[in-house]
Amino acid sequence: MTVETDPSEKFTGYAHPERLVSGDWLEAHLGRPGLVVVESDEDVLLYETGHIPGSVKIDWHTDLNDPVERDYIDGAGFAALVGGKGISRDSTVVIYGDKNNWWAAYALWVFTLFGHDDVRLLDGGRDKWIAEGRPITTDRPAPDAVDYPVVERHDAEIRAFKDDVLAHLGHPLIDVRSPEEYSGERTTAPAYPEEGALRAGHIPSAANVPWAKAAADDGTFKPVAELDAIYRDGAGLAEGEPVIAYCRIGERSSHTWFVLTHLLGFENVRNYDGSWTEWGSAVRVPIVTGSEPGAVPSR
Amino acid sequence: MTESTLPAALAEIRDDFLALEQRERLEMLLEFSNELPELPERYQEHPDLFERVVECQSPVFIFVELDGDTVHLYATAPKEAPTTRGFASILVQGIDGLTVDEVLGIPDDFPNTLGLTQAVSPLRIRGMTALLGRTKRQIRERLTT
Repeated sequence: MTVETDPSEKFTGYAHPERLVSGDWLEAHLGRPGLVVVESDEDVLLYETGHIPGSVKIDWHTDLNDPVERDYIDGAGFAALVGGKGISRDSTVVIYGDKNNWWAAYALWVFTLFGHDDVRLLDGGRDKWIAEGRPITTDRPAPDAVDYPVVERHDAEIRAFKDDVLAHLGHPLIDVRSPEEYSGERTTAPAYPEEGALRAGHIPSAANVPWAKAAADDGTFKPVAELDAIYRDGAGLAEGEPVIAYCRIGERSSHTWFVLTHLLGFENVRNYDGSWTEWGSAVRVPIVTGSEPGAVPSR
Repeated sequence: MTESTLPAALAEIRDDFLALEQRERLEMLLEFSNELPELPERYQEHPDLFERVVECQSPVFIFVELDGDTVHLYATAPKEAPTTRGFASILVQGIDGLTVDEVLGIPDDFPNTLGLTQAVSPLRIRGMTALLGRTKRQIRERLTT
């Protein structure tokens, strides 16, 4: 059972308007059979301080990452996780979170790795919902567990590994980190903890488009004309060419992956989740420092 | 050289965490978060005194006050950052009123002993380690000025 999409005028210019819902739509549809609302935040305790009534929590680190290997959970793990939250394969899943939906977009991307069909973001995320005075509760829902099929992750289409990036050099790369990380002044986002990359800089030829450029002041996605100006005119992306986006561990670039794939309609966009914490520590991979993209190395 | 021993108040907090199931540990961290004391009035108008703990993902600021040999730790962090507030609150409540030597003697890996690495993730615990490290550094600076 899939819940109807949000017909809001604001979304009609996007390539896949069905991937977004507004606060009005969500408030009107809360409790609708077939709809599961998921909160996914950077702060692991934020959900506990208050969340959208009926919503369940999925944490990017403790739930979606494999606890041992640097990888995502497998098909059985995902089935157990989301089935336990009352999500079935045909559920409409609406994800929202803090920081302009940064982590919500990451969770959405992981749902997509498992081929979950109907997964959407709440435009503006948690902050906007609260700013608009919409309902919040600390009551924890107790959803009945449902059977979710064990579907193996399908990484190839939307996930890039280091070797994929090396083979991709010469095609567009988007580095969504801060200008300071891009130039090599620092290896972590300003005000973020050191996460261990041995070298600083960026992948040769990558364009620097910090992820938050896609968000308006209220945390919603910018209108399509503004997004076109940033990614097509600014970063030179064009239809038909494969694109890889990366950041530090693949979370901020999930946000950009969402924008490129679902709002602008690019068809071959991959997220390199190894990102700078892998590339910046790997042996014998080319790196460029400074604020210019730099040339593609000859091979 | 200060001997590394865990003061009783912090040992009690640690034991309380370890006695709980994983999910209840998060709830206790949230209780700490809600209990982070307000700044005393005399410091509310003085953000300049406070040092930002840049290792934390959310804005958290600390200030150490020495009253003779007694340490007072003050911290502020936004309500939107409950994990960071919880870490700050544990240290504020566990450290307040201790002597300089007792605080400097807190083992640097105390945050890793609370049993939160699974529920919260090691990455996030680093913020608390940084809070403790900066607290000690502020004390050492106060002692030499």
